[in-house]
Amino acid sequence: MKDVIRGLAYVVGDAIDTDQIIPAAHLVYSLTVPEERRMYGRYALSGVPADQQGLPQGGVPFTPEDAFESEYKVIISGSNFGCGSSREHAPFALAEAGCEAVVAESYARIFYRNSVDGGFVVPFETRVRLIDRIETGHEVEIDTARSTLHNHTTGEDFLLNPLGDVADILKAGNVFEYARQQGLIIT
Amino acid sequence: MAPQTITEKILAAHAGRERVTPGDNIWVNVDILMTHDVCGPPPIDIFKREFGDKAKVWDSDKLVILPDHYIFTEDPHARRNIELLRAFAHEHDLPHYYDVGTSRYKGVCHVALAEEGFNRPGNVLFGTDSHTCTSGAFGLFSTGVGNTDAALIMGTGKIWVKVPETMRFVFEGDLPPYLMAKDLILAVIGEIGTDGGTYRTLEFDGGAVYDLSMQERMTLTNMAIEAGGKNGIIAPDQVTFDFVRARTDAPFQAVYRDADAKFHSEYVFDVTEMVPVVAKPHSPDNKAPVTEVVGTRLDKCYIGSCTGGKLEDFEAAARVIKGQEVKVATYVVPASTEVERRMKEVTIDGQTIWDIFVSAGCMMGHASCGACLGGPIDTFGRAVGTEVVISTTNRNFPGRMGSKMSAVYLASPLTVAASALNGVITDPREVLV
Ligand code: SF4
Repeated sequence: MKDVIRGLAYVVGDAIDTDQIIPAAHLVYSLTVPEERRMYGRYALSGVPADQQGLPQGGVPFTPEDAFESEYKVIISGSNFGCGSSREHAPFALAEAGCEAVVAESYARIFYRNSVDGGFVVPFETRVRLIDRIETGHEVEIDTARSTLHNHTTGEDFLLNPLGDVADILKAGNVFEYARQQGLIIT
Repeated sequence: MAPQTITEKILAAHAGRERVTPGDNIWVNVDILMTHDVCGPPPIDIFKREFGDKAKVWDSDKLVILPDHYIFTEDPHARRNIELLRAFAHEHDLPHYYDVGTSRYKGVCHVALAEEGFNRPGNVLFGTDSHTCTSGAFGLFSTGVGNTDAALIMGTGKIWVKVPETMRFVFEGDLPPYLMAKDLILAVIGEIGTDGGTYRTLEFDGGAVYDLSMQERMTLTNMAIEAGGKNGIIAPDQVTFDFVRARTDAPFQAVYRDADAKFHSEYVFDVTEMVPVVAKPHSPDNKAPVTEVVGTRLDKCYIGSCTGGKLEDFEAAARVIKGQEVKVATYVVPASTEVERRMKEVTIDGQTIWDIFVSAGCMMGHASCGACLGGPIDTFGRAVGTEVVISTTNRNFPGRMGSKMSAVYLASPLTVAASALNGVITDPREVLV
């Protein structure tokens, strides 16, 4: 986990489920074969209805058509981000597209766990309804140790919830490194 | 010692502790890990990456692989997934691999876990599928995890868990004949919302729950995840033991809560006052009494999945449909090969359940997840265009059953069957005699 995550924000609404993050039809691609795994970057968030893509204006695809990477590094969402299936392809797809952090009011637990244990994106929670305060394209900066978000475009600062116990896993890189540190994997 | 819930006791026992408290982060020993075709190959890759090409799974008797999602399709990537599972099962000499195209093939993993005796009271079971919570109907802790966690379990047999708080849902009274477990769980989700149970246990309790068969109990725990729950659980009783003992002689230890265990919250329902409900598009918590949507024009009816594709689901639907014809395309997809076989054996007034559907003009599919999650374009029963669908499945997010423009209503098998007869959403009380 980086100390500072800085980049453009991409804003979506509430209850973004895993079918919206990566539609089920695309799950057939390999997560390891390079030409296939980049398809996850291409289709990341493609299941979000068009008028809800990139709020407040909408109609802004996360990854441009024919591209495999997104210019947005931080996703801002409302409540219950990542609900639905257990597919780890969801945080994987976001990471593959170049996203580094998600800031949401709450998460579905499997998505949250997958993000942390796989070391894909840093899932921050916040009590503030940031989707009303940040717009797609704003430049934001997260201080991961202090759990704060600064909006460079508007100059506003926001508090995020501390990461708590999972910070150790994120710092280790993923759950395997963490388990090694704990002596659970001897290699 | 402070009293504990069933979930807390099971987790404590598997962490080698006397007791745990909600919020504790603990490492637990896993009794069963289940995976399937869509979410099986990625953990295998990660397992090899982290533990080495030659590494052995921690206990081949505890890994259960049930391909079920994308089975009857020509999609080359989907077929490759099955080949990867087959190769892995062969390489590790796995006794519990249920291969496609053989007599061992089972169908939907959560139903198969029950049928094959892998759901044992007091156990800890993880699966690479969000509806792994279904197994909790047998008084065990079960929950879904992703690829990375599954790979860690494959290598170590261990996983970290944050001990959840428990929400208790008590159902009292005699269940009226027009209601099914599906109506009860849709009522719960409608009440607390799709994130009302996030990180928590949903425990189902009360006389009306213990009156239910195991299949119906599984419908309750199946949809715990639709309220965001970590696990769903029902204390085991004689019905549970009879079901399990008919399928396995593996040892298990039933676990019950302490009398004064603390709950996060408690909800009490009198089932005699409840009514048939649907979840309207596009969320499982968008609850409405069927009466509110009666007459809604339908393009498709779907009976299937781990939620609504068990033998009793078809039995209930067949009683409604028997001797009549459906007025709208109706797809019938048994969850498992055992369900399919039983549908061809069990009769209602001399006609098999299977024949009742065939005579009514339904389209019959084969055991798999089918169109429950949309799937490849050639999937049987997949929602297309702007179709309006009523389904016994568990999710109706945009695009879940295929087309993003389709609109899916979730309901009990009774309500779906009644609606199939009229081509519009119908209150099952109108057709039940
Ligand atoms: S039937 Fe549907 S909900 Fe059940 S495991 Fe298959 S895809 Fe998931």
